[in-house]
Parts: sequence; C-alpha cells; structure tokens
Amino acid sequence: MTPLRTAFFRGFLAALPMIVVVGPFAMLFGVVATEAGLNVVETMLFSVSVFAGASQFAALQTMQENAPALVVLATALAVNLRMVMYSVTLAPHFGELPLRSRALMAYFLVDQSFATTMAEIDRHPAMTAREKRAVFFGAVVAVAPLWFVASLAGAMVGRAIPPEYALDFALPITFLAMVAPMLRSLPHLVAAGVSILLSLLLAGMPYGTGLLVAASVAMAAGAGLERWREGRRA
Amino acid sequence: MIDKATFWIVMPALALGTYAIRFSFLGTLGARPLPGWLTRALRYTAVAVLPALVAPGVLWPAATGGETDPARLAAALVTLGVGVITRSTMGAILAGGGTLFALLALTG
Repeated sequence: MTPLRTAFFRGFLAALPMIVVVGPFAMLFGVVATEAGLNVVETMLFSVSVFAGASQFAALQTMQENAPALVVLATALAVNLRMVMYSVTLAPHFGELPLRSRALMAYFLVDQSFATTMAEIDRHPAMTAREKRAVFFGAVVAVAPLWFVASLAGAMVGRAIPPEYALDFALPITFLAMVAPMLRSLPHLVAAGVSILLSLLLAGMPYGTGLLVAASVAMAAGAGLERWREGRRA
Repeated sequence: MIDKATFWIVMPALALGTYAIRFSFLGTLGARPLPGWLTRALRYTAVAVLPALVAPGVLWPAATGGETDPARLAAALVTLGVGVITRSTMGAILAGGGTLFALLALTG
C-alpha cells in the first residue's frame, strides 16, 4: 500500500469506534427534529448544511422555546466556538496544502475528525501534510456518511414514536452525557456549576437570553479560576 | 412547534457561521497564535453553554407543564453521575435513559 493509503486506513480505523456514539446521536437528531415540526427535507438540509450535532440540537431547543432568530443563532454558534481551537490547532499541519483542500477539510472539521487526526499526528509525527490529510479524510469517511444516513433514518421514523417514550428528555440526557466526561478539573466543575445556577436564576429572562448571560459568566468563571490557579503555582 | 420563518433564517445563518468558525484559521495561511485569554476562554465553551441549555428544562420540564418530575430529575442526575465516573458519553446516555424509562414505568 502507498503511504497515503496506509494513512487513510489508519484514520478510518481509528475513527471507527466513534460510530457507536455518532449513529444513535444522528438518529436522535432526526427524531427530535421531526417531533419539533420539521419535515424530512428540512431536517436533512439542516444536518447537511450545518453538520455540527450539538449546535443543531441547541438550535432545535431554543427554536422550540420560540426564541428570536438572533438568540437561537447566538446560542448555537456559542456551542460551536470550540471549533476555533480545532482550526487553530490544525492550521500549521495543513498550511502548505492548496486552499480547496483546506476549504473542504473545514466543512468536515468535527470533534471526531479533529480528535483522530491529532492522535495520529502524535503517534506518527513524521507524516507529510498529504498523509495527515489522508488520515483526516479516513476519519471523515468513517463517521460522516453514517451521520447523514442515521439522521435520515431518525427523521423517517420520528413521528411514529409515541409520547410515552418521553423523547422530550432525550435532549437533556444527551447534553448532560456530553458534558459530564469534560468535568475533569475544578475550573470545569465551577464553570458547569455557575452555568446551571445562573440559568435557573435567570430562567425568567425573556427569549432565553438568561442562557446567554449564564453561559458567558460561566465561561469567564472557569477561565478566571484557571488563570488564578496558574498564577499561584508560578 | 418550531416557527418556520425562524427556521429558514437560522439554518443558512448557522451553516455559514459554523463554516466560518471552522475555516477561520485552517483557511487563512499560517497559524497566528491566539491570545492566551482567548484560548483559555474557548476551553470552557462547552461546559458553560450546555448545562445552562438544559438545567431549566430538567427542573421544570415542559412535558409536565413545568411541574418538577422526580423521574426526569433522577434520570438527569444519573446521567451526570455515570458520565463523570465512567467518562463515557454513551454509557451515561444509556444509564440516564434506562433510569427514566424504569421510573416512568414504575410511576406511570
């Protein structure tokens, strides 16, 4: 096998276990979106054009609460801000590739492709930029088609699921399950705690704006505490 | 139900905004380092946004008309607890979902 093919398969295999989360998550999106009143075409347009699960869920939830478009956007984009970090981290590895390559990679830059690529670069630091790109797209091929197919499947069965199944609560459970493993340091715990407390206290603010205040203060609290602890250690 | 007018504004704007975020540094040649305070803040976006998004709905679910529901509250706490201990998102979802269905079956 050529080095490029080897790299592609390494990326593909490394990302493969992630389908256990991606598949059900995408299907859940299809189900929740149709339950919220979107039809199959709208659901799929949403999934294909945005292609960022957590923010799609966030947008669904705030739209269901009848928040104005600006608040929905601010909330969903805030969920995606972590991808600025991904973009910064990948940039030096792919800077020499043609722009159309990087433009295509940007569309497919998700948690899974980022994590896989960085882990492989760690393991094989001598890879060329083209090999790294092959790893990246190996991971993309493992998870992206499944994301689309499973959201379609979810959108098709969505309406058939009766209300006794308490699907309203699938979303909170999914979000909590995504956050919980991230709570590995005191600043992260504090940020989550402030986020919960303020969102409850400010729940009465109009159009879900309490959420934005709570999230901003929580972010500042986490970052501030981290900085303060570093200062004391130094 | 989602207001369709809002949806058709949000979808393209969110798609463009998300793409712009992803393209930001990857697309512009060379990696200029971000200021320290910004990278620090960005590390906390997920833990700051997601809990605020769900907390009110956990305590006052719309499905029960805003009445606190022991089954849903317990399911949320189990999800969080299992996720913190096992560090597994899928494990936490299964544990939380299982708790919710078991309690709803018992009390329903």
